[in-house]
Amino acid sequence: MLVNEKVAIDHGLKSNEYKKICELLERTPNITELGIFSAMWNEHCSYKSSRLHLKKLPTKGKKVIQGPGENAGIIDIEDGDAIVFKIESHNHPSFIEPYQGAATGVGGIMRDVFTMGARPIANLNSIHFGSPQHKKTKNLLRGVVHGIGGYGNCMGVPTIAGQTSFDSSYNGNILVNAMTLGLVKKNKIFYSKAAGLNKPVIYVGSKTGRDGIHGASMASASFDEKIEEKKPTVQVGDPFTEKLLLEACLELMAGDSIIAIQDMGAAGLTSSSIEMASKGNLGIEINLNKVPCRETKMTPYEIMLSESQERMLIVLENGKEDMAKKIFDKWNLDFAVIGKTTSTKNIELFFDNEQVANIPVNTLVENSPMYDRKWKKAKLPKKNKIKKDVFSKLKIKDVLKKILSNQNVCSKEWIWQQYDHTVMGDTIQKPGGDSGVVRVHGTEKAVAASVDSSAVYCWAHPLTGGKQVVAESWRNLISVGATPIAITNCLNFGSPENEDNMGEFVECVQGIGEASKYLNFPVVSGNVSFYNQTKEIGIKPTPSIGGVGLIKDYKKMISMDLKEVNNLILVIGKTEGHIDQSLFARTILDEKNGPPPEINLFNEKNNGETLLKLIEKDFIKSAHDVSLGGIITALSKMCISGNKGINLKKPKVLMSEIEYFFSEDQGRYIVEINPENLKDVVKILDKNSVHYDELGVIIEKDMIIEEKTKVTIDELKTCYTNWLKEFMSK
Amino acid sequence: MKSSVITFPGSNCDRDIDVALKKFGFKNKMVWHDDVELPKSDLVVLPGGFSYGDYLRCGSMASKSKIMNSVINFAKSGGLVMGICNGFQILVETGLVPGVLLRNKYLEFICKNVFLKINNKDNPYFKNLEKNILEFHIAHNEGNYFCTNDQLKEIEDNNQVAIYYCNESGLTDKNHNPNGSTNNIAGIFNKEKNVLGMMPHPERMIDQSLSGEDGSLFFKNLINNIK
Repeated sequence: MLVNEKVAIDHGLKSNEYKKICELLERTPNITELGIFSAMWNEHCSYKSSRLHLKKLPTKGKKVIQGPGENAGIIDIEDGDAIVFKIESHNHPSFIEPYQGAATGVGGIMRDVFTMGARPIANLNSIHFGSPQHKKTKNLLRGVVHGIGGYGNCMGVPTIAGQTSFDSSYNGNILVNAMTLGLVKKNKIFYSKAAGLNKPVIYVGSKTGRDGIHGASMASASFDEKIEEKKPTVQVGDPFTEKLLLEACLELMAGDSIIAIQDMGAAGLTSSSIEMASKGNLGIEINLNKVPCRETKMTPYEIMLSESQERMLIVLENGKEDMAKKIFDKWNLDFAVIGKTTSTKNIELFFDNEQVANIPVNTLVENSPMYDRKWKKAKLPKKNKIKKDVFSKLKIKDVLKKILSNQNVCSKEWIWQQYDHTVMGDTIQKPGGDSGVVRVHGTEKAVAASVDSSAVYCWAHPLTGGKQVVAESWRNLISVGATPIAITNCLNFGSPENEDNMGEFVECVQGIGEASKYLNFPVVSGNVSFYNQTKEIGIKPTPSIGGVGLIKDYKKMISMDLKEVNNLILVIGKTEGHIDQSLFARTILDEKNGPPPEINLFNEKNNGETLLKLIEKDFIKSAHDVSLGGIITALSKMCISGNKGINLKKPKVLMSEIEYFFSEDQGRYIVEINPENLKDVVKILDKNSVHYDELGVIIEKDMIIEEKTKVTIDELKTCYTNWLKEFMSK
Repeated sequence: MKSSVITFPGSNCDRDIDVALKKFGFKNKMVWHDDVELPKSDLVVLPGGFSYGDYLRCGSMASKSKIMNSVINFAKSGGLVMGICNGFQILVETGLVPGVLLRNKYLEFICKNVFLKINNKDNPYFKNLEKNILEFHIAHNEGNYFCTNDQLKEIEDNNQVAIYYCNESGLTDKNHNPNGSTNNIAGIFNKEKNVLGMMPHPERMIDQSLSGEDGSLFFKNLINNIK
């Protein structure tokens, strides 16, 4: 096939990009070469619209062993242990084919983690669907959940936490973000940087098929009515093979024969070989006839662009081939020496004794396009003036029940019960809490992880929203007694070519950067997903933040269930009555305008660190951060999970009950303490200038509000637990 | 007391059961599916997981592994063989215990704590156990026990049902049947009661920080019974 500008444009390249390719090569590329360029230069692989802005994120810290730029980020958790983690999107494939799209998303992120030598110990996910009324929502949700479970359960890695939301902006483009944590010894980390000349390049894992060709390009474009035609670009997962690949790789990694290792993810053999060569400043020569293929007569173009799953590329020390092959034979996996490292700094491909591609590696990586896209700054919306009599007309009990059964608040048990969350025998906090917690096997330590996003806040004001998501992640970790260490981010946005969407991206990233810098909560890995839109309608800006923290003594872990009658409940942090953009405003008042709650990073840090001090002194019996739905929603969840009630009183402040109980001011936590410790707790709070209110006393089975409204915990529980189950069984 | 845990390609609860057995005093060995000889053992465990990716039928390919000849001979000579979850599916495929395991009634994987009523204590697994109702954990997609009416009659006549799904107080009804199993059956024995297959995972209940401690009771009792 002859290559010209039209063919390049059909590959998703712009005409100026095609010109640049011809200039860099000083000739017209052949079709295989064009395919390679299109795979490396698409948005998904090249970060061409986002690189400029991502550079501004804080990525360093005392605990950071590896920041962005590798397969995943790595943090130090002491005693020679480290946690490898990353979150990644698989949005586009999941919308086209929910089961396989979600499954391979989970498979891909686990490979990113075990490529670095770490055994995966926990999975998380953040999934977002269209309105419950939309005709596709139910099937997509079912398919995605089955896909995530199908892959993770088979791998034997517990899925310990997650987040699910519904919003009509995802009607034409759902989001599936998968996150994995792995455990590795600090001195046994593997990287993708090739080194040394004439070292064998090894292909291991599944055979290459024609699935997923151009998957990364598909993920770099918007959807239109022809979406069904894109099904063949979705990869097909085989978790069984991945489990074998995991065990085989870890077995090989126990020795010292690996120089570099890289999984074949987006853009398959192309991006893995080029990344290894690029990082090592070397060339790579590959004989494509040696690549194990599942189908006959595959062309070099197809072999290079296939995104078949469960494959790895390894640069091995000379002479270790036989030993390594034995391991992969034991696990019934393909093992083939397909090439070697060279000094040319080019990627050279041979097929049927002919050279079919010869491209300088730097043209594909360093010379890839980078754009400073135009973007619009968002103004902070004006506050709504809600008349006070609106509040007095509402019955608090009715409002609470509506909020608890809202699709974005209610229990997601229907989802997480389909994920094996207890395999590996170290899950000490299951899904449904503020963070999932797993013990570091065989030690006293535990790792907490949470995944969060707040699309509504980000949509209302991206800068504030960006800060808020990081703060919420920080709070979720602190609520279980973990010291927050670092985050990974998955940045889901509309088209970067649209100034509004680009503005949302730029300002969310700025917000994330500001908060993570202030909280000393650096970004160590992540991924960007643009073009989350069908035709011209983009999603609400949805950065997902995956936070990881450490609990030094797992016995000190905190959970949200109320523990004991007569204990006291406090709310830490100040309640100002911010109603705009709250769930209350949007669902009860149907008011969608106004600014999101303000983020005061000083208070955020101070409140969180003070709570950690209280936890350290064993004063905290249960804790839960206040988020969507305000104080009373958070309290209800604590009551439901502990099967206890509360005699609740609003402190004497100048706002209505509704404002006090449903406002979504930030930086707040609800905590349970023993009345004997009140004095000591207050002393510490006062000393650190942390505001608190006393909310009431734990009682048996009822929630009594201001001595006049009574609702049983069973009633609240029904509202909270039934919505999703009923929705899915209808 | 010596135990052996067989690792098949795709097993993923092998480490968990290894941890549990060692915690309660077994000297445990991990045995590879491709081995021929079984080490000298007082107990052999087929662990949970997805042997051979559940392809063809859950447990069917693993049941034809090289090591299984030795396991079957060991069982037939009276040795204790316990299959948990996928291990139960493998046992069913070998014919050591009767019946089959179908997909869960609601076609969904299910992971949660369940209560179990012990039906038969006249065997090395449950003899002397103080409790009659245990809380274990299940995590499976194909745990819906099924057998023919004739088989069921035979199973019941021989008192081969080991445990039933039930509620906290031992009631075994449809509301407490998580997967549609015939008569709420969660685990069964062979006729001789030396082979036990069950869907629930006792090894996930060995620590108060995990889901609970009834698994600890089970393993402590088991090793005492074998001694």
